[in-house]
Amino acid sequence: MSTLTDPPKEQFRLSMLLYDTRYRSGTIQVIAMFGFMLLAAWLINNTLSNLAALGKPIDFGFFSEPASYDINQRLLEYTSRDTHLRAALMGLLNTLVVAVLGCITATVLGVIIGVLRLSSNWLVARLMTIYVEMFRNVPVLLWIVFVMAILIETLPAPSAFRGESPEATMSLMDSVAVTNRGVYIPEPLFSRSLGDIHLLGQSSLRFDVSLDLIAILVVLGLSLWAAHRVTLRANRIQEATGDRPKTWHVRTAIIVGPMLVLLIALGFHLGYPALKGFNFQGGTHLRNSLIALWLALSLYTAAFIAEIVRAGIMAISKGQTEAASALGLRSNRIMRLVILPQALRVIIPPLISNYLNLTKNSSLAIAVGYMDITGTLGGITMNQTGRELECVLLLMLVYLAISLSISAVMNWYNEAVKLKER
Amino acid sequence: MKKSVILGAMTFAGLAAGAASAGTLDDVKARGKLNCGVTTGLVGFAAPNANGEWEGFDVAVCRAVAAAVLGDSNAVEFVPTTGKTRFTALASGEIDMLARNTTWTFSRDVDLKFEFVGVNYYDGQGFMVPKELGVSSAKELDGATVCIQTGTTTELNLADFFRSNNISYEPVPIETNAEAQQQYLAGACDVYTTDASGLAATRATFDDPAGHVILPEIISKEPLGPLVRHGDHEWGDVVRWSLNALVAAEELGITSANLSEMAAGTENPEINRLLGTEGTLGEMLGLSADWAKNAIAAQGNYGEIFAKNIGEDTPVGLARGLNAQWTEGGLLYAPPFR
Repeated sequence: MSTLTDPPKEQFRLSMLLYDTRYRSGTIQVIAMFGFMLLAAWLINNTLSNLAALGKPIDFGFFSEPASYDINQRLLEYTSRDTHLRAALMGLLNTLVVAVLGCITATVLGVIIGVLRLSSNWLVARLMTIYVEMFRNVPVLLWIVFVMAILIETLPAPSAFRGESPEATMSLMDSVAVTNRGVYIPEPLFSRSLGDIHLLGQSSLRFDVSLDLIAILVVLGLSLWAAHRVTLRANRIQEATGDRPKTWHVRTAIIVGPMLVLLIALGFHLGYPALKGFNFQGGTHLRNSLIALWLALSLYTAAFIAEIVRAGIMAISKGQTEAASALGLRSNRIMRLVILPQALRVIIPPLISNYLNLTKNSSLAIAVGYMDITGTLGGITMNQTGRELECVLLLMLVYLAISLSISAVMNWYNEAVKLKER
Repeated sequence: MKKSVILGAMTFAGLAAGAASAGTLDDVKARGKLNCGVTTGLVGFAAPNANGEWEGFDVAVCRAVAAAVLGDSNAVEFVPTTGKTRFTALASGEIDMLARNTTWTFSRDVDLKFEFVGVNYYDGQGFMVPKELGVSSAKELDGATVCIQTGTTTELNLADFFRSNNISYEPVPIETNAEAQQQYLAGACDVYTTDASGLAATRATFDDPAGHVILPEIISKEPLGPLVRHGDHEWGDVVRWSLNALVAAEELGITSANLSEMAAGTENPEINRLLGTEGTLGEMLGLSADWAKNAIAAQGNYGEIFAKNIGEDTPVGLARGLNAQWTEGGLLYAPPFR
């Protein structure tokens, strides 16, 4: 009888790091890692020492200095005496506004165009093809400048509204003024306003929250919840008896009634724009820089989204359509109930990157003088303080944070709609 | 490494490294060409003519420096810069000097690490409005929409002016003079504000210059001058004294017409020192003895350059005003060449 013994245990030798295939790849990765880190360290060190030699070491102190410049579109209260940090915050909000508006418009347009491009109507399908090819093959900067030029050159100046027989008149029963400085629309006002809450005291990040808005949101939320309860009750009755009680009038009353009461209690009315002095006063002013940027970015991105939607729809096998029509569904219901929900799984991942593109493209805003974060922090602030490195680094961080937030939200949505495998 | 790892540092490492290299004078001589930053186009100050050659009041400074250093007034590469890009271009070493109606301010000189070598135009910020508005003073501009070039001192003066007079306005930030002109003419803004000289130059290109008025208020001091990077004093001296040579030439009566005659030697020792027939001023600067003669030969003396590009006989039509010689009641005063 011989007993089996373990094979002799090989001693680890240093040379095995190079000659033993089990360790070699690890060794190479560690060396490459070190090389990369050395390179990065050298670059950073070089930058810092050169900046020091120029007498401009990295310093963020300029943020608490007064900005001294004005910003036309400001969502929070801001004067030229506020700090550079607050100016950057105004820019950030402007970036977010145009990004959110752009993403929503681009999605709506993109879905409509993508679906229509598959239409059996020859003319409609061809027109949509022309739209897509025209917009996605011309740089977005040109579209932005082009839209702006059209707005400036074709629309009337506010002075054209003046006089006994003006060349231009306000539209929609004298409530909306379309000028080459932007569009003035009525604004909601409350004569018995609840006031504002001031948050964060006197700091650069201070902001006010309107109690009227909170009240409206709370009432709306409660009414929607109550309306939902009515639906649930109707479901229970239907399951128990087979008859579904009519609920739409109850639900409408629950949603509209309290809101009407609240608005009357707050003294809701509209403030109309009126020509005073050089410009229209009152109302909400949508500047043509915002409109140009918003329109151009939406139309441009919609062309890409249309292609994604088309690809998503075409990825669903024809059998689904045939099965649905065998069940007697009409073609628009087939699209809405059968095809689009499945196509969403294909559509969403590339849609995320288009949202990111739109947001990043909004940094072209300076071409039309829209004061986004690139215009404030990366433009005037950088120019007035001479802190190029600090401003650009911060700008990169801001865009990185915005993009990662969009990705996180969209990934969460993607998880929600993707095929559940059990 | 005290600082945390920062992305994008790589982009700037190259820039900063370029800026740290010393000896711009040697670089320019070795290159055989001067890189001079100018505006993207402002008639009278710097704009390409019909043949594509740059000409103007600021351009003449570039040409004079090129002539002083290289003996050839055409050895200039003109780099158009906007109000926003000009400082980065200079700090990064892309251009050797900036002659772009840039206002000399404390923070630009001290904090931004530049060196203003002098003033070639004493200016102030003004407002231009269409005549039909019937405005006669800037204080009547309450609620007006104002076109303003972004990244300039005028932007800050504007905010201060309206704030201190307690009137409101709507700023429309613009990147270049051409865009501002488009918006202003289309009526997208009521007012255009920039340096008064720039307004005059812009108005000169309109179809109907008489339909626009420049308001009487001058709301700021804008000493415009060429600038170089801080720290390279030899190069700073070259640009400073090239500019001074142009000013001194006018004061001493040296013109492009009598230059060759005067360069043969005169009774006035200062002219002789300036033109290199006496003393070693050129050598001290690291240039040839006839550096100032070349600089003046390029486009003439300061007065000739002024008259040719922006003077009263040109469409821009600016009077000498503050920019006359000190002997004529102006502010131009070149230190002695001694």
